[in-house]
Amino acid sequence: MFRYTKLTAVREVIVWIITLAMLLPFYILIVTSLKSDQEALTTSAVAPPTSIDFSAFVEVLTTTGRNSIPMSILNSVIITAGAIFGLVLFGSVAAYVIARRTRRWTTFTYYLVLIAIILPAQLGTVPLYIGARSVGLTGNAIGMILLWIGILLPLSVFLYASFFRGLSTEYEEAAVIDGATPTQAFFRVVLPLMAPATGTVAILAGLIVWNDFFNSLIFLGGSETQTLPVAMYTYVGGLVSAWNKIFAVVIISMIPILAFYMFAQKRFIQGFAGGLKG
Amino acid sequence: MTVTIDENSTRTLTVPPEARRTPRPRGRKPLISYGHWWWALPAVILVIGVHYVATLTGGFFAFTNWTGLGDWEFIGLDNFVRIFNDPLLLGAVWNTLFLAFGSVILTNVFGLLFALAINRMLKTRYILRTLIFMPVVLSPLAVAYVWKFIFQFNGPLNGLLGFLGLEEFQKVWLADPTWSIWAILITVVWQQTGFVMVIYLAGLASVPVEVEEAAALDGAGVWGRFRHVVVPAIRPSIAIATTLGIIQGLRIFDQILALTGGGPAGATETLATEIYKQAFSLGQFGFGSALALVLTVIILAFAILQQYVTRDRDAAGRA
Repeated sequence: MFRYTKLTAVREVIVWIITLAMLLPFYILIVTSLKSDQEALTTSAVAPPTSIDFSAFVEVLTTTGRNSIPMSILNSVIITAGAIFGLVLFGSVAAYVIARRTRRWTTFTYYLVLIAIILPAQLGTVPLYIGARSVGLTGNAIGMILLWIGILLPLSVFLYASFFRGLSTEYEEAAVIDGATPTQAFFRVVLPLMAPATGTVAILAGLIVWNDFFNSLIFLGGSETQTLPVAMYTYVGGLVSAWNKIFAVVIISMIPILAFYMFAQKRFIQGFAGGLKG
Repeated sequence: MTVTIDENSTRTLTVPPEARRTPRPRGRKPLISYGHWWWALPAVILVIGVHYVATLTGGFFAFTNWTGLGDWEFIGLDNFVRIFNDPLLLGAVWNTLFLAFGSVILTNVFGLLFALAINRMLKTRYILRTLIFMPVVLSPLAVAYVWKFIFQFNGPLNGLLGFLGLEEFQKVWLADPTWSIWAILITVVWQQTGFVMVIYLAGLASVPVEVEEAAALDGAGVWGRFRHVVVPAIRPSIAIATTLGIIQGLRIFDQILALTGGGPAGATETLATEIYKQAFSLGQFGFGSALALVLTVIILAFAILQQYVTRDRDAAGRA
């Protein structure tokens, strides 16, 4: 009885108009970044550029020094990749032990992790900063990676544990009977079966780490190692109304994440809908 | 290959899974060892260190006047007395609550409307979902810069108002004590609506189309169906969307630093920006921790309240 009628077609058109209006900032972002310095200041925001001018992008990508945008992209990639690797490795093995073994300490550990998800991070920031500073873990990628692994491990363990609980134990049993050691059974049989969980952990953690501003600002502040958002903040702070350059930085910061999003948008959306429930 | 099978281990193969779950007598070796117990060690140490020890230490700092170097004293509740006697900081508490509730209400209204509008039927619903969700994956800082341009005095928003002949409403949005906080709210809502929509789409997928059709045949209008069929079914989604929204909303930081930096004259300062300024710009670690403790208590209070309210309603709904 619910069929595609003329009314539905009207609804479809209206939703498209609203959506396109909502996405107007993206249009403004792109056209402004392609304008020359002069044109960006004088023309209307919605007017397309008279000639496409990539000079803003060239200038942004050739910055040097502490807040060099290309260097900060490299730092962001290293930190994000390192954090994802650690979260997948430590999160999966811990969740495996917690989910598969039924001892009192595993239940206790599981609740320890669950409560850590709910615990707001703000209160711990000052002590973590002081602790990290006293052992030389501020201002470098290794400290930042360790910090992210610590912050996001509860999420990773929680996601992996719920996936492991849904996986039958027969796979490990078969592997062990075929002579696999527990380590082999896990890394060669169980973990490959957990690709959906790994994907969810990687996407959620990757987005949080890549987009983070607050923690990078505090833990990497003033050092040679800057992540993209902090470099963008500093770079933009030095530009007054040079919107074509500001938007060139903004677009450069968005491209990697949007490329991933277009490539795996279903995973992203499912990851967010399902993963963040915890 | 020789395989030695423990006499007991056939049990795992012959006993059905339900029966296998029965707790083993404690202390006996498991039939199959699932990994090694020390695999949990790195995670446990990191979680205890980064979450528990750090949070408890922060809670302790909140009652001191430590500045990061030199001596410090235990000063009891002095930090909190100072917070609640400072109009600027009370304003920050108010702004924090305003942004949290404003963003939760608006993102849930718009998110639900979008979800209802594109649920089922629409031929292009997957493209629409992808487009509306797109801002969610972007960095809040980058998004804030785009909106900073829109809110400029000679930016597109004032341009639009001028075009519509509404010149009297043009203003310097981000330097206006009343409107700057609304500008931040709009930026946040624009970015988060897609996230809420996705939660509701997942919830709406669980509404059986037959029930809705039956209600329609029985003469229920659009509102009646929404109120009595859809809302009860998506109640868990409402709980998730509002809880996550409140927690995120209370922590808004990036957008404020990019759009106004807390100004004009502290009009858009929140607890998150004040924690950053007091602890990390001014080195007032003790006082900054006290502010963080206030924020933590607010976040926990709302998270617990929300759990309580939604669980209660759930039980009533089932009865």
